[in-house]
Parts: sequence; structure tokens; C-alpha cells
Amino acid sequence: MANALVFIDNPGAALKKSSLELLTLARKLGETAVAINGEVTDDVAATLGAYGVATIYQPSVADLDDYLIAPKAAYLAAAVATSGANAVLIENSPEGKEIAGRLGIKLNAGVITDVVGLDADGTAHKSVLAGSYNTTAKATTPVSVFSVKANIVEPEPAGTVTAPATAKVEVPADAAAYAARISSRTEKPASGRPDLSEARIVVAGGRGVDGDFGPLEELADALGAAVGASRAATDAGWIGHDAQVGQTGVTVSPQLYISAGISGAIQQKAGMQTSKVIVAINKDAESPVFEIADFGIIGDLFKVVPQATAEIKKRKG
Amino acid sequence: MEETLKIVVLVKHVPDAQFDRHITGPGNTTDRDESILSELDEYALEAALQLAEERGGAKAGNEVIALSMGPSGAVNAVKKSLQIGAYSGVHLSDDALAGSDAAATSLALAATIRHLSADGRPVDLVLTGMASTDGETSLIPAQLAERLSLPQLTFASSLEVNGGTVVARRDAGSHSETVEAQLPALVSVTDQINEPRYPNFKGILAAKKKKIASLSLADIGVDPSEVGQAGSWTVVESAAARPPRTAGTIITDEGDAGIKLVDFLAAQKLL
Repeated sequence: MANALVFIDNPGAALKKSSLELLTLARKLGETAVAINGEVTDDVAATLGAYGVATIYQPSVADLDDYLIAPKAAYLAAAVATSGANAVLIENSPEGKEIAGRLGIKLNAGVITDVVGLDADGTAHKSVLAGSYNTTAKATTPVSVFSVKANIVEPEPAGTVTAPATAKVEVPADAAAYAARISSRTEKPASGRPDLSEARIVVAGGRGVDGDFGPLEELADALGAAVGASRAATDAGWIGHDAQVGQTGVTVSPQLYISAGISGAIQQKAGMQTSKVIVAINKDAESPVFEIADFGIIGDLFKVVPQATAEIKKRKG
Repeated sequence: MEETLKIVVLVKHVPDAQFDRHITGPGNTTDRDESILSELDEYALEAALQLAEERGGAKAGNEVIALSMGPSGAVNAVKKSLQIGAYSGVHLSDDALAGSDAAATSLALAATIRHLSADGRPVDLVLTGMASTDGETSLIPAQLAERLSLPQLTFASSLEVNGGTVVARRDAGSHSETVEAQLPALVSVTDQINEPRYPNFKGILAAKKKKIASLSLADIGVDPSEVGQAGSWTVVESAAARPPRTAGTIITDEGDAGIKLVDFLAAQKLL
């Protein structure tokens, strides 16, 4: 009987880093099973074995991707019943949190979102009110559901490699009865850069970039970083809304956050102040962002950023 | 002619994010002394008003009901919604609700929406913001939809209702999707869907004549043990204010700040 069940939605050809992080955390809680939606390639199965997964569950139906949220929650509820797991780990994407929410109601299980740390006894650590408080929370129910943020643990394979068993989970016939149908889907164009919410380094620009994200994109590429933006920059249409870091956008917690031409109003601060190291570049010495920066440069981003990019390229050879 | 709609908009009274916010008390709950209508709920209210106005507004028989759950101060979120343009308001308040987590909150809200449907005219559409600006769990829309057996069309950046079918564009994650469902349904909207209107003087005056129904748990048929801390499935065990970040080294560019920046990154082993 598994202790922890990790949900992995459409792993594709190889497991994402965030999935490996979930598997690493799940092992703390005990024997781990995974519930997959989509195909499991030999490579993925081998990786799951390397991470100590005991059982791989797959749904009895192939149309879970045609509907929004509800049928995936129904599948997971059935997988929990089959596996006997008392903890479910899901990635903290918007969809992941919503699946966790519906799953919680189906199982009468407490749901804890935005988890940044998990103890072996099921205590979850969170950072709330825009990073101004650290809290610990626990589910008081037999089953706990956690949606876990990316980058909170280094992926680490298990000491012993397992050969996972596979099993089908019967998805209830009425799983899609109360679900919205997805009538079309467009992949957003891939930038080739890491996903903003999972990136180790984020380079973000605001009003000060004045319509030109070019220098920031070049710095991001030199660092292997994602590009983010303040609400002022996305509202101006200089960059897609997806890039917005802040209270109404993506909350990031990277190793390094480089803020250029962003004043650092509370709205923006809310989305990034739990970053490990913050670097700020701004012409205005009075910008609030300097109050939270580990390294601040009062200067013109159009001079400082290209100089830094060239220096990084030089040092990296 | 397009059929009329009965829409409930969930509005939350949250601490103003412009100021310091605090967690207090034995239950580690958020201090709501200096609170306002959650900014993200204004987009849901605007979406509801637009749908109703396309169908002839209140005169034609549409309903836009602003619903808030919370202690006495939460009525302010309802009042503000009425000033902006909601047609009527509902304030669910009961001492036993204090400390409710998302599961308990969604139970109480589901019971309230069933209660509002019991006048012979069922609610067609439940509209919410994409998250509250305090708890930010985004759980309520999904949990409420599950409790009411409704399809959820969440993170909508556009919304249409045509002959009983609701169609939304969903922008969350790596792709953009068009999703559709039959009414009744629950929709959460992003801040990209519209430009919320501001209350004007006429709206503020008109709001004084609008009705706010005050409901208690007894009115909606919920036992106090099902909500509050007793009915919650999660507990916040500890809360500690994070030490404020302190400013580090600040330099003024003298022509070599880019190099110094890279030196700093190298010293931090971030290259």
C-alpha cells in the first residue's frame, strides 16, 4: 500500500524537473506511487524506477485531456482509493491547484496549496501574504492533498532502483458529467527559455525598459534565465501577460531575480520577494526595490545590462 | 431574444495589500481591520454586469447578486459592489464561520447558492475572481464547483453566453484553450477580461436603495459544526512574520556597473 501518490499530467518524452522534485519529496512520506495521465514511455518508466516509484497507475480512459479539471480529479480520487495513499502531491500550476481543490472535496481531504516544504509527518510549509509570513499547516483528515511549488528541493534519485508495477485505475463513468469541454487548444509559442514559475534565474523588466525587452532577453539567454515583467510592462503591451510577475501574475521564487527598470511597488514585490538573491537596476535611487535588493545598481539599464551580458559571455567563454 | 440570467458574484473583503498585513489570534487568521473589496473580484462583477446589460439589465429580469461571506466588515465588500452596479447583495455572516478553511468556506457558499436558487429561479452562473488577494489559494472556485456539481470554466480571459452555452477562453499554463459548458456553470475570470468600472455618484446614491439580505447559517441550513475551525480540514499550526529583507550593497554606475554585477554573481556562485 502506497503512502504518497504523485500526479503527473502528460509526462511526454521525459519527466520535467518539477515532477522529479515531487517524487523526491514524496519519498519522505513513504512508499510512492504515481498516477499518470497520458503515455508512459520506457524512458519515463525507467526514471520513475530510479526515483523509487513502486506502482504506476494509468486511467482506464484516454479522453481526460478533452475536459477541464473535473475528470482528472475524478481519476485521482479513484487512484487514491486503489492505491490506499494518504497523501497526494500535485504540481502548483493553476490547473494543479484546481485539481487539488476538486479532489479534496471528493475525498473529504484537506488541501494545502503553494507548499514550499514538506515534513515526513505531513506538515506543510508555506509562505503567505506576499512572503511576509512563513506558516506551517496540516490536514486534519485521513488523506492530505498538497500542491507543491517548483524549485523547493533538488531532484534526487532513490538509493535503490525499483521496477515499478503498472495498474489501471477505473475512471468513473460520470467523471465528465460536470465538466467544461475543451473545444480548442493552442500551444503558446515556445520561447526556448525556462518556464517562468520554475526558472532558477529570472530577469524581469518594467516601465524603465520603455518598450524594448531586447537587452533583457539577451541577458536572460546568457544566464539561461526566464524573462519576467512588471504589470506596467505587460499592461503597456511590451511583453505577453504570461510574463507578469506579481500579485495578479506569476509568483516566482528563483535563486536569482534580476529586476531592471522596475520601481518595486507592493504589487510586484508580492511576486518575487522570496527570491534567494535579488539584484536591482534602476535609474531612480528612491525606487522601493532597492530596499529589498541584495545588490543594487543606480544606473541606466540600457548601459548596465548589455555590459553585464557581454561580461558573462566572455567569462563563460 | 436572449434569455435572462441570474448571476451570483462572489466578493471578498480582504486586507488592503498596499499596507502591511498581519496574521493574528489563536487560529492564525488574517487580520481584516483595514479591508477593501478584493481587486480581483471587480473583474468578475464587471463581467456579470456586462452579461446582464447585454440582456436588458434589471428591467428585463436579469439578476446580479453580490455575495460575501465574513464578519460584519464583509458587508462593505457587498456595499461597494452595489455602488459599482450589482443589483442586490447577500451577506452571509455567522460567528461559527470564523476560521473556516477553503473546504468549509466552499460548503457554506454552496449552501447559500442553493438557498438563493430556492425561490423558484435557479442561479445560472456563479462568477468569481481568479484568486483572493489575501489567501491566494484559488481553491474556492474549484471546490464550490465540485460541491454544486457544476462545470468550472476557470481563469477565463473572455466570456460569452449564447443560448444556454457558456464559452470562455482560458489562459493558464502553457496553452490557451477555448472551453465550453451548458449553464448552470461556474466561471472565474482573470484581470485580462475587462476594465472594471468605477462607482460614480449616481451609483453611490442608487446603492443606498438596493437590498442586502443578511443570512446566518440557520437560514441556509448549515450546522455550525460543518464550518469554522470545527468543519475545516486543514489547520494553520504556526505563523511567523518573515524578517524583512534588508538592503544589501547599492552602487551608482560609474561606467563599470555591469562588470561589478557579474563579479557579484560570480561571488554568489550564480553564474
